[in-house]
Amino acid sequence: MYPAGFDYQAPTTIEETLTVLAERGEDVKVLAGGQSLIPLMKLRFAQPSMLVDINRLPGLDFIDASNGYLRIGALVRHNDVVASDVVRRTNHTVAHAAPWVSDPLVRNLGTVCGSLAHADPQGDWASVMLACGAEVVARKSSGERVIPMTEFITGVFTTQLAPDELVTEVRIPKYTGPSGGTYLKLERKVGDYATVGVATHLTLRPDGRVVQAGIALTAVGPTNIKAVEAERSLIGAEPGEAVWAEAGRLAALAADPRDDVRGSADYKRHVVDVFTQRGLATAAELAAAN
Amino acid sequence: MQITVTVNGTTHTSDIEPRVLLADYLRRILGLTGTHMGCDTTSCGVCTVLLDGKPVKSCTVFAVQADGRAVTTVEGLKQDGSLSAVQRGFKQEHGLQCGFCTPAMMLVATALLEGNPDPNEDEIRWAISGNLCRCTGYMNIVKAIKWAANERKTAEALPGQRTVSLAEAEETQEVTA
Repeated sequence: MYPAGFDYQAPTTIEETLTVLAERGEDVKVLAGGQSLIPLMKLRFAQPSMLVDINRLPGLDFIDASNGYLRIGALVRHNDVVASDVVRRTNHTVAHAAPWVSDPLVRNLGTVCGSLAHADPQGDWASVMLACGAEVVARKSSGERVIPMTEFITGVFTTQLAPDELVTEVRIPKYTGPSGGTYLKLERKVGDYATVGVATHLTLRPDGRVVQAGIALTAVGPTNIKAVEAERSLIGAEPGEAVWAEAGRLAALAADPRDDVRGSADYKRHVVDVFTQRGLATAAELAAAN
Repeated sequence: MQITVTVNGTTHTSDIEPRVLLADYLRRILGLTGTHMGCDTTSCGVCTVLLDGKPVKSCTVFAVQADGRAVTTVEGLKQDGSLSAVQRGFKQEHGLQCGFCTPAMMLVATALLEGNPDPNEDEIRWAISGNLCRCTGYMNIVKAIKWAANERKTAEALPGQRTVSLAEAEETQEVTA
């Protein structure tokens, strides 16, 4: 299968990249890992007249936790995250999710930021970032803006990004207390989309009660879903089975799954419930061990 | 556009359309048909090549992206004219049936052993989890990769000597006879 023809540029500076994006507007697509974009182009679901390959831009492959954020640059591959000690030390949810993204070969090319910009409701990273309270940093020629993850994705395969903007990083604020998190994913086989995925995050107060909670769901709605009611139910609560059960029930209510080849809607809602409870229990254990 | 790619140590300069896939560039333009095309949808992994040493699915990379980079295909696995430890492992342990996934499996195994010379079974299975074997011959593929890991360890312990298994020795005798 071949994509339709396109022009190709591989700039070596961000400035040059932003100029091209501004000039070509809607017509241009950014190529990072290409592991979602190229298949879409081969199937002719996407037919950009131009690709701007950002793989030759310097300084975008950083994973950094030195300045109040865990920052992941636009050219960080999924496998870079799998291998990162910085991530392992800083954020359990991110560390748990990385090995579950697609398969080992795709993980060598695909990028975290590219996955977010692609905004596939079955993508794993958006749930992780929603649960963790992340922000996306986007740049265009005239400047930079920071978009909360809760506002970044606006619909199926759709984001707030303007055609002349480039995602340069995603960043997660560092937590102020003992924290833990998980990503649980049910998949039929390695490399398949999630049947259901649940990201959790907890930060505890010194007295052991929950001060911050994040829960987000993959593949059970037209976008990744932040289970706000379930999160709210945890604030101030003392960790325990009854609390997890209530959060699981509320998360399942927030899910909006469909019957498909991966399972019935009822089944998926049940998995959301169970995964939320299990994920929170593990998150609390990890936080307590911090 | 013009690209220059080092494939199996040889530098090639070609003028190609940006939409040419790396797999097709290797197969049709360079004639290296050891890289196979299977699903063409980033699922099966039979098109695996090493791009700067890392296994990737060459049906999901444009050849222009490989400009200035190094690609290894199955044709580049042999060392000094003889089969690599991984290739011999696949022969010794019957790590192939129809052979369609074999080039990819051997490239993934080669990359795995470069980074982790002594992988356990879980690590081997994890490493090949992006590659499908349509014969479902995974047991022997895993054994083949283990064999190669042991072979490489032995070779390191005894530099300059290549260990020859009994079966291989017998075969050599037959050929000589």
